[in-house]
Amino acid sequence: MAEQTLDEPASVDADLTLYRLQGCPFCERVVRTLEDLDVSYHSRFVEAKHSERNVVQRLSGNREVPVIVDHNTGVTMGESPRIVKYLYKTYRNRGGD
Amino acid sequence: MRRKVTELEATDHVETGEKAPDFTRPLVNDEFWEDTALSDVLEDGPVLLIFHPMDRAFPTTYVYNALKERSILSGPAQVVGITISTPYDHARTIEDRGIEAIRGLYSDPKNEVAAEYGLAHDLDGMEGIEEPRLALYLIEPDRTVAFDWVAEAWPQFPDYDALEDALEAL
Repeated sequence: MAEQTLDEPASVDADLTLYRLQGCPFCERVVRTLEDLDVSYHSRFVEAKHSERNVVQRLSGNREVPVIVDHNTGVTMGESPRIVKYLYKTYRNRGGD
Repeated sequence: MRRKVTELEATDHVETGEKAPDFTRPLVNDEFWEDTALSDVLEDGPVLLIFHPMDRAFPTTYVYNALKERSILSGPAQVVGITISTPYDHARTIEDRGIEAIRGLYSDPKNEVAAEYGLAHDLDGMEGIEEPRLALYLIEPDRTVAFDWVAEAWPQFPDYDALEDALEAL
């Protein structure tokens, strides 16, 4: 059977992958920022149970969401205020049209 | 011959030799769920696609227990289930059944994929709910169906020996 590398998002047809929880306001804040900046993203919903979010821990070092993986820059980042700041810095002036 | 409890009506379902319809639905594994196309999974090799009743139904439990006992979960095909249960139900089922080796369980609450494959099954007396009839599809990477088994009665369990022969012939 082909090995699946769970830590690498299957689909890289988007600018980034967002690890999120259903109904998590910090995640929604990141979603809103992505939409404002017109950045394409792919959603991965993880378990609500904190102790079972090992996929997030492997990526970011802890089990907090949201976490983004930016396929353009290779950046993996947690903490929504930091993510929002990063997204503005990286994507605000993209395209410019 | 197995005694058939309730005969199901004949259905014009997808068969061996035909092209399996592609679809995209949230695919749940033991860690997360995300939109995934069947064709994306097929890029990693052949797929055993299992249409089954809702997660807590006993036929579903029996099918995954049988696949585990026969080591089909770690065989030459990636095992993928699909039913109308939610991603949360799927996550719990993967844990409860100990089937972490599975590639994933698709969540299709509207039963649209089963309808496209000709496998929709009404639940008697339950307005607004239908689910797939039990069916197995072994699908080659180019989406050709190499083997199919579709229930003709309810309940009825798959011909696992025939499935194992088909897996060996891959």
